[in-house]
Amino acid sequence: MTFQMFLFYFFATIQVFAGLRMISVRNPVHAALFLVLSFVCAASLWILMEAEFLGLLIVLVYVGAVLVLFLFVVMMLDINIAQIREGFARYLPIAAVAALVMVVQMIWVLNDKVFKASAPPPALPEYNNTEALGEVLYTQYVLQFEIAAVILLVAIIAAIALTLRKRPTTKYQNPGEQIKVKRNDRVRLVQMKAEKNEVEPE
Amino acid sequence: MDKIASLLGFLPESVVAIIMILIKIILIIVPIMVAVAYLTFAERKIIGYIQVRIGPNRVGPKGWLQPIADALKLMTKEVILPENANRFLFLIAPLLVLGPALAAWAVIPFNDGWILSNINAGLLYILALTSLGVYGVILAGWASNSKYALLGGLRTAAQLVSYEIAMGFALVGVLMATGSLNLEEIVNVQRGGIHHWLFIPLIGLFLVYFIAGVAETNRAPFDVAEGESEIVAGFHVEYSGMAFAIFFLAEYANMILISALTATLFLGGWLSPFEGLLPASVFEIPVLGSLLGNGIHWLVFKTAFFLLLFLWFRATFPRYRYDQIMRLGWKVLIPVTLVWIFAEGIAIAFGWTPWA
Repeated sequence: MTFQMFLFYFFATIQVFAGLRMISVRNPVHAALFLVLSFVCAASLWILMEAEFLGLLIVLVYVGAVLVLFLFVVMMLDINIAQIREGFARYLPIAAVAALVMVVQMIWVLNDKVFKASAPPPALPEYNNTEALGEVLYTQYVLQFEIAAVILLVAIIAAIALTLRKRPTTKYQNPGEQIKVKRNDRVRLVQMKAEKNEVEPE
Repeated sequence: MDKIASLLGFLPESVVAIIMILIKIILIIVPIMVAVAYLTFAERKIIGYIQVRIGPNRVGPKGWLQPIADALKLMTKEVILPENANRFLFLIAPLLVLGPALAAWAVIPFNDGWILSNINAGLLYILALTSLGVYGVILAGWASNSKYALLGGLRTAAQLVSYEIAMGFALVGVLMATGSLNLEEIVNVQRGGIHHWLFIPLIGLFLVYFIAGVAETNRAPFDVAEGESEIVAGFHVEYSGMAFAIFFLAEYANMILISALTATLFLGGWLSPFEGLLPASVFEIPVLGSLLGNGIHWLVFKTAFFLLLFLWFRATFPRYRYDQIMRLGWKVLIPVTLVWIFAEGIAIAFGWTPWA
């Protein structure tokens, strides 16, 4: 067993374990953290496959941003765990069927001859994963890339439109106006004579 | 380095490689730890002088042993576990902050060829690792089982995710100018004196990067995660002793990292500003020549300058209000970077590349 093989089995084992724990653990924050662990292992596996750009990107985007926001939401929820687990036994058959269908699909897909190919020769030292990916993405697949970008843009606009609501009671500040304010707009200097103390000391 | 390797010649090759890597890691980590210790001392001294005080001057000559005394005090203090705290996450959180702050140093070039791991996606690696540090802070806030700590953790999560975007876009600008993700190559593109450094064509991105860096490290004026006057001490309110010390270690290590990165990406790293400006014969004068020439001392000097700015900010600016932080991040810094990247793209398309 080479060192790479050892690393592969090491990360793969952790990833499977993390995936199982993610759906079986009781606390939602722990579940999110197991998801993080599973993503980190996936990134490591990708880097082992010499796909370092994708591997680092999954850490940057999913682990560094998406799951942080996930945790952000989950931490603020006050979830009643007993209530969630109530229907566990009732839904188990349906879930088992769904899982079985997915397993069959994966076996089917992975048996395809595309995945039967032997490992490609190791890349040359000057080979740059990022550059190679960018070249195909912006030449050969530029149309698909643009379509994906437009779909994402629509999703962003839709998400903003769904969550944006103006409440008449909310007060807003205008920083530009705040900065423009001069002293004379806020403060009035008044000249007045010093007052005499009218009360006589006793 | 090669001499040590040849001394270990009787061992198998892979073992020698691992030992060499460990020696290099120690050579990087130990100076950082010493720098962290004396950065705390420098901070107290410099802010003291800015506020017309003397600062610490009791322990050792002129107070120079103060950081060691602080470290001893923190090490001997008790680590208190709050009731109903999540024990495992509570104790692992400080390490999750410290780990990425130290691991990121692996791809920073200290001098010509002085780099632990010369990977071709170095910039991406740095971005990925610096985005992991937020987990420690969030988990510390959540695992403490305290309202103030949770508030601090939530504030950090939102703040760091917002500023990471601006930071990433600033790095995109550097990537476009240099055409490489490898940090050594980014430094080498800036060869040829101070007027070749990237901070001149990318001045906007340079400023955005450093401001976002200050926000990422949770330093004043962006230190709402701690916010002593609002939420006691934020995410580390329940921590004591060594666990608390590790948070501070990580914060200062992160400051040094951001400073070194700013120096590397925009100010030519270990390159001398006089390279190409002075005649070549000057660099051959025995001592003066090597001082004026390229070398690690220039990286240290530039890093120290940015660290001074960190301390200066803390002594000068009042803390931002939370909505002002969000406004600065989303409505000022991100649009600046977007416009800059767009303009840079046009410049590259028309072949107007002053940095090349």
